[in-house]
Amino acid sequence: MTTLLHTQGLAAQRGERLLFRGLNLTLQPGEVVWLRGRNGRGKTSLLRILAGLSTPAEGSVSLQGLDGDAPSSPRDSASRGDLLYIAHANALKDDLSAAEALEFLARVHGHLPSSQSILAALTRLGVAGHAQAPVRTLSQGQRRRVALARLALGSQSRIWLLDEPFDALDDAGVNALNGLLSEHAQQGGAALLTSHQALILKDPLPRVVHLDTDAS
Amino acid sequence: MRALFVAVLMRDMRLAARRRIESLLPLVFFVVAVSLFPLGVGPEPQTLRLIAPGVVWVCALLASMLSVNSLYATDHADGSLEQMLLAPHHPVVIASAKALSHWLITGLPLMITAPVIGLLFDLSSATLATLVVGLLLGTPILSLLGGLGAALTLGLRSGGMLLILIVLPLATPALIFGAGAAATVETGLSASGHLSLLGALLIATAVGAPWATAAALRISTE
Repeated sequence: MTTLLHTQGLAAQRGERLLFRGLNLTLQPGEVVWLRGRNGRGKTSLLRILAGLSTPAEGSVSLQGLDGDAPSSPRDSASRGDLLYIAHANALKDDLSAAEALEFLARVHGHLPSSQSILAALTRLGVAGHAQAPVRTLSQGQRRRVALARLALGSQSRIWLLDEPFDALDDAGVNALNGLLSEHAQQGGAALLTSHQALILKDPLPRVVHLDTDAS
Repeated sequence: MRALFVAVLMRDMRLAARRRIESLLPLVFFVVAVSLFPLGVGPEPQTLRLIAPGVVWVCALLASMLSVNSLYATDHADGSLEQMLLAPHHPVVIASAKALSHWLITGLPLMITAPVIGLLFDLSSATLATLVVGLLLGTPILSLLGGLGAALTLGLRSGGMLLILIVLPLATPALIFGAGAAATVETGLSASGHLSLLGALLIATAVGAPWATAAALRISTE
């Protein structure tokens, strides 16, 4: 099987401080990678580099193109559709309803979801009852669920980059997200996520990557 | 590309409609600031007629600058801006949509209110018409430059003040030709020269500013 994403000698810098260097990471289809490391080790910086939001201090990221196309970098607009990055911030507007906020995020990434698929995605995460409620009235956990409902929208992105997706989720929310991760892996996608809570994902068993050991 | 532009524009319009009071504040500021001048300068119609175009333009400029501060700041704070930059199109699309939404929310109402303000200052109908045409060409320039300033000062602590200091010098040509156009009509000359230059300024800004804003957004979110 081909590699979906691959980094070569990646280094990240924050101000004067080197967070990590010489990081070689690969993402294979069907795997979930759990990125671990102490606070301030550069987990978020790594995800932002992979998503194409920041430039690495050294090294390169290449994404395997579809149908044997030449590998591309996350900065190329053509490869953007292949990546789905959910940051620590939920990117939901307080004054929009949950359904509107989710629809906007999908539209920005080039999808035109029907209102049924929006509702189905919210149902999957157990927040369908709040679809018409303004985001401002939702709790932290509910907001997280709405943000994660993007994963249930059936996007074509093969690589999921999730920054602390389990943050603020209760048990039901954790189960819903685990279900989505399993499904995504079965369909040949890959996910890279950070979490300070232990992952209870059984299928597939997450592969652990420690940033602490890679740091100089 | 059009879908992204429309999505950003529609969302901003919807947000403005939900926060109606907040969206109207620049307009209220404009009206209040303009009406302070007759009180401060004195009620002589001759003087008022002379200063009116300049007063309207300066107040429109300040109203635009005060409202442009939050153009990207809230999106930056809640992570929406990051997600928009991850869209499969160049960020220039976002910069253009944001500038247009700012103009629709602040520039257009200012332009519509200007004739009423002009009547307060006893302007002739020809001068009023020129003032409105000038604002039609000029307020988009203010929104475009304001967007650039907002992107450059994103995430800075005293961003609001810095933004005004960055954008005001860039906006002075628009101010000179916009206020100048109405002033020339008041003295009985044709304003077409001033308005042509203002139009040229608008074209140059519309072509250049969104690209600069896009680059600034990239740097600010790095």
